Amino acid sequence: MNHSSLNPQWHYRTPGQSLLRWLGWFWLVAFTVVCWQIMNENTIWAFVSDAPQQAADIGGRMFPPAWGYINNLWHPLWDTLNIATLGTLLGVLFAIPVAFMAATNTTPSVRFVRPLALLIIVSSRSINSLIWALLLVAIIGPGLLAGIVAIGLRSIGFVAKLLYEAIEEIDEKQVEAIRATGASGAQVIDYAVVPQILPAFWGISVFRWDINIRESTILGLVGAGGLGIQLNASLSTLAWNQVAMIFIVILGTVVISEWVSARVRQAVL
Amino acid sequence: MPGKSTAHTYPRHWKRPPLLLTHPFWRKVILLGGLVYLILAIQTIEVDWQRVYLGLERGWRFVQGFLVPDFTSRWNDIYAGLLESLTMTVTSTVAGILVSVPIGIGAARNLAPAPVYLACRGIITVSRSFQEVIIAILLVAMFGFGPFAGFLTLAFATIGFLSKLLAEEIEDCDRSQIEAVRATGASWWQVVNYAVQPQVMPRLVGLSLYRFDINFRESAVIGIVGAGGIGATLNTAIDRYEYDSAGAVLIIIIAIVLVVEYSSSYIRRWVQ
Repeated sequence: MNHSSLNPQWHYRTPGQSLLRWLGWFWLVAFTVVCWQIMNENTIWAFVSDAPQQAADIGGRMFPPAWGYINNLWHPLWDTLNIATLGTLLGVLFAIPVAFMAATNTTPSVRFVRPLALLIIVSSRSINSLIWALLLVAIIGPGLLAGIVAIGLRSIGFVAKLLYEAIEEIDEKQVEAIRATGASGAQVIDYAVVPQILPAFWGISVFRWDINIRESTILGLVGAGGLGIQLNASLSTLAWNQVAMIFIVILGTVVISEWVSARVRQAVL
Repeated sequence: MPGKSTAHTYPRHWKRPPLLLTHPFWRKVILLGGLVYLILAIQTIEVDWQRVYLGLERGWRFVQGFLVPDFTSRWNDIYAGLLESLTMTVTSTVAGILVSVPIGIGAARNLAPAPVYLACRGIITVSRSFQEVIIAILLVAMFGFGPFAGFLTLAFATIGFLSKLLAEEIEDCDRSQIEAVRATGASWWQVVNYAVQPQVMPRLVGLSLYRFDINFRESAVIGIVGAGGIGATLNTAIDRYEYDSAGAVLIIIIAIVLVVEYSSSYIRRWVQ
């Protein structure tokens, strides 16, 4: 009377599969633990255990925020908006040709031009705008221009990537129809491709503008203008109540820009 | 030409109607407003052209450094920064996933009661509204310099990102499967385990890999404010005007991002 042979139990996986899964999880955990050990080699645990007191101390200093400090923030806020907007414009301007060169259906040459365009997209995307700003402040000096160019350089990859994916997804029939009328290459792009990607284009640009507002608030930390310069100054003088005020302004700006971008995207898409 | 002799002549020219802002009045207003803003905004940029001119030489040195990067002379610093960045990325992604799964379930309207839902959504909003760098500044002030503060920053940012997307995925779940499992008399845990989890698992794996990718990129940034990682190395290299070492760091970052992005898209395709 073998019980199990009469009532075979159903298993989702074969024993081999479950062993493999178990091993996979085991390695993942072990790997994470090793990483944790290496990462914390130089961690001073006294500082970590001290953190709640530090947090309470900083929190106490932040409250109440220096409300009057807002009068010093209007100008940096205007600068921040300009950095984000002009930077987005710059990025979009360069992203459009890159996107057309990267899309397989509009690229002049799949073998030579497309890899170059993809390389531009990848290098622009993998380097954060704060790092671009760090470089540009060293090269062209501190100020708004460095911030605008940094935001622009970072935006190229983002906008171009999403835009070229939109171009690759267009309806080819419309392209064929326009081509059948005897249109030139530029006319095909103008009348068949552009109308199809225009909603996506506006959506992507506004989305990036929204992200850029967030990013431009901190670019000043490395000297590229805007609210970040005030933040850096307040941080280095340990004026935590001013820092709290700046955080409130940043939060307000981010919330408003998110609302604007959501409304515009709703209207366009 | 028979076309010319017929009575009606069709217009020979066709002007494409505007694709956006079809109302003529608002089109003019918005265009004019945009122009005025552009003029005002461009006037605020104060460019010291002499400084830019002087900087061009440095810019050229940087381009040269990027083309002929110097991996060897600062290799120890680069290696240490890279190791910190990578370990920070792994641990913070794992910790972020562990925390964000319960919060994501709590923030799904179809699984959680109202108070839990609101609390979890609150956590997500707080985590999403501040940038990594700002969180890093605060955490460095509290926990001291080094990768531990970076780990906390990235884990915190991961929670907002992953929980939100996971909650949306759970809310989009196929209702009939949940109902079917519930009809067998399953408890809440069993519903989550047998009806929801199989549906969201591929997406969760995909999102986690995507977040891993983002965390690595961010780990290069938060080093600038003292949270450890390759960003600190990069910052030091630029401060010392060692553009060839900085170029090497940037090339390494780009290469790792490429590798992570390609392998994660490969794994995602394999999972889904």
